[in-house]
Amino acid sequence: MPSVTRVVLAEDEVLLREGLVALLTRFDFAVCAAVGSAPELLDAAREHQPDLVLTDIRMPPGRRDDGLRAAVALRAERPHLPVVVLSQYVQTGYAAALLDSGDGQRVGYLLKDRVAEVTEFVDTLRRVASGGTAIDPDVVRQLLHRPRDPLAALSTREREVLALLAEGRSNASIATRLHVSEAAVGKHVGNILLKLDLPPSDDTNRRVLAVLTYLRNDPTG
Amino acid sequence: MTSEHPRHLAEALRRRGWLISVWPWRALAYLVSTVPIAGVLAIGLLVVGAPLLAAANALVLHDRPPSVALMLFLAVGSLILLALAPIVSFGVAAIERWRLRLVDSRPLPASPWPGLAARYRSAATWREVAYLFWLGGFVPVAYWVLLLLVLLDLGMVTSPWLVGDAEPVVVWRPIETTGEAIPYAIVAVLLLPVLCYAAGLLAAAQAAVARWALAWPVDATALREVARSRTRLVGAYEAERRRIERDLHDGAQPRLTSLTLQLGLARLDVPEDSPAARPLAVAHDQARGLMVMLRQLVHGIRPQSLTDLGLAGAVRELANAATIPVTVHADLPAELPEIVETTAYFVVSEALGNVARHAEATRAEVRLTTDGGDLVVEVSDDGHGGADPTRGTGLTGLADRVAAADGRLLLASPAGGPTLVRVELPCRR
Repeated sequence: MPSVTRVVLAEDEVLLREGLVALLTRFDFAVCAAVGSAPELLDAAREHQPDLVLTDIRMPPGRRDDGLRAAVALRAERPHLPVVVLSQYVQTGYAAALLDSGDGQRVGYLLKDRVAEVTEFVDTLRRVASGGTAIDPDVVRQLLHRPRDPLAALSTREREVLALLAEGRSNASIATRLHVSEAAVGKHVGNILLKLDLPPSDDTNRRVLAVLTYLRNDPTG
Repeated sequence: MTSEHPRHLAEALRRRGWLISVWPWRALAYLVSTVPIAGVLAIGLLVVGAPLLAAANALVLHDRPPSVALMLFLAVGSLILLALAPIVSFGVAAIERWRLRLVDSRPLPASPWPGLAARYRSAATWREVAYLFWLGGFVPVAYWVLLLLVLLDLGMVTSPWLVGDAEPVVVWRPIETTGEAIPYAIVAVLLLPVLCYAAGLLAAAQAAVARWALAWPVDATALREVARSRTRLVGAYEAERRRIERDLHDGAQPRLTSLTLQLGLARLDVPEDSPAARPLAVAHDQARGLMVMLRQLVHGIRPQSLTDLGLAGAVRELANAATIPVTVHADLPAELPEIVETTAYFVVSEALGNVARHAEATRAEVRLTTDGGDLVVEVSDDGHGGADPTRGTGLTGLADRVAAADGRLLLASPAGGPTLVRVELPCRR
């Protein structure tokens, strides 16, 4: 396992692609290939076997969701391949498709705007590359807004914790965000999992997936 | 046209003072001028119906089948007359349109001679032919009835003077004396305005039938062409929106993202205490704000989910983002015209917005189906109903949008609910 993370990057707009390459290089990622279309992404990823794939969603040739479909296809071939997808706007369906692909973890779904928060963005990439899951806060917010009766049982503070939980944060990170002790967060998380009837777990990633699965499924189904 | 002057007989009849206006005379002129035309047509009709009459005559009166030669001769004659009817009707219709102006000042579109073959093919021609049959068959009967009533009434009016000549006047029993005749005369005088009205009604009814049968349809193809060009225009506008959305999404948005990224990278290298740090941070924040703004702007021009997912997917996204449970049933063909997709999307978006704002519903349902050549969008909720297009612009704006796409919007929202919005959008290219 090399210490440096090898990345294949796909983004059709040249300026942004160069910007992303600059950003990745600066933070000691190794960019094996930077391409501008879905077929090129498939070829590059198969050729370089990277530690992380970072791709835009709407790309040539179809200019619809070609990037996402390429990512899903790659994860079908390599279920453990970490993939971060950039979306111009919130689309819960895309996040769901990504979470359903491969081993159901090591995926990131982010709004393109997050690129501007350079350090946070890089943290997210590292988290996914090392086996975590990261879902954009806006997607989580939309999922939380969906009418689910059990959510009504949660206190305001528990909802805040849940939102951060779904983004894939650890107890420590949630504690810093909300200015409470880590033990308090642990208690909140335990209560949430209990109220939502989810299996208790200490592994951040498993908790995220449990919560996301819960939020995504129809209350009836 | 002011309402002071009725424009046609039926309208004039409903006014007070009809009897002392010019209209009874106009009606009379119309009735009298009908007589020669209806008479000629009645004779023609008798010729057409002759084989039938001959057969009936033979069967009923002489109790034997009619002679084949006679039947054949008459049948050929009536077929020729029938075949000539569209040509005859052209002339008659022209006269009738001209005569209609006696009792109806509204313009009546006429047709130029379209050529022989076209004449036989057009539906309007056969309406004119039907009018010939009505004018030659039914109208004379009605006239006879009216004439009998008028003669009877006039006989009763003049009976006091007539009985003196030792000849009893027979109304429905013989009247012998002037004294006996006077009550009849009084009743008859009172009946005169009634008869005037009856004549007026007959003329008005005849004019209405003539108007229906002889109004040459205003060129429907031209109307369709106008509607089509409007739809084309809206379609072109829609394609233009899509192009703008693509340009912004593929060009402006990534560049702005790239700019914001560069500013973010620059901030990493500028120490906190540097004089450049503050303006750089402000620029970075402004660029981020602009990204959000541009995203909303692009969404307003054309929902990106529509471009990426198609109608069914985009509507599911809308349902996902709703604050109450919304079920979506979609059964759609792969390809829908752009204008139809966009309109349907905004219908669902607006309707779900209304549900959230007003209905206090606990659940809603969206159905997307096709019916013939139409896309049918139905949004229903279990709220308290009472949606009123006259209050608020949401529904009317929606109706305008639907109309621009040549569709229809139907709304059922009784007080107490449930509410159903149904939109039908034609998908014919």
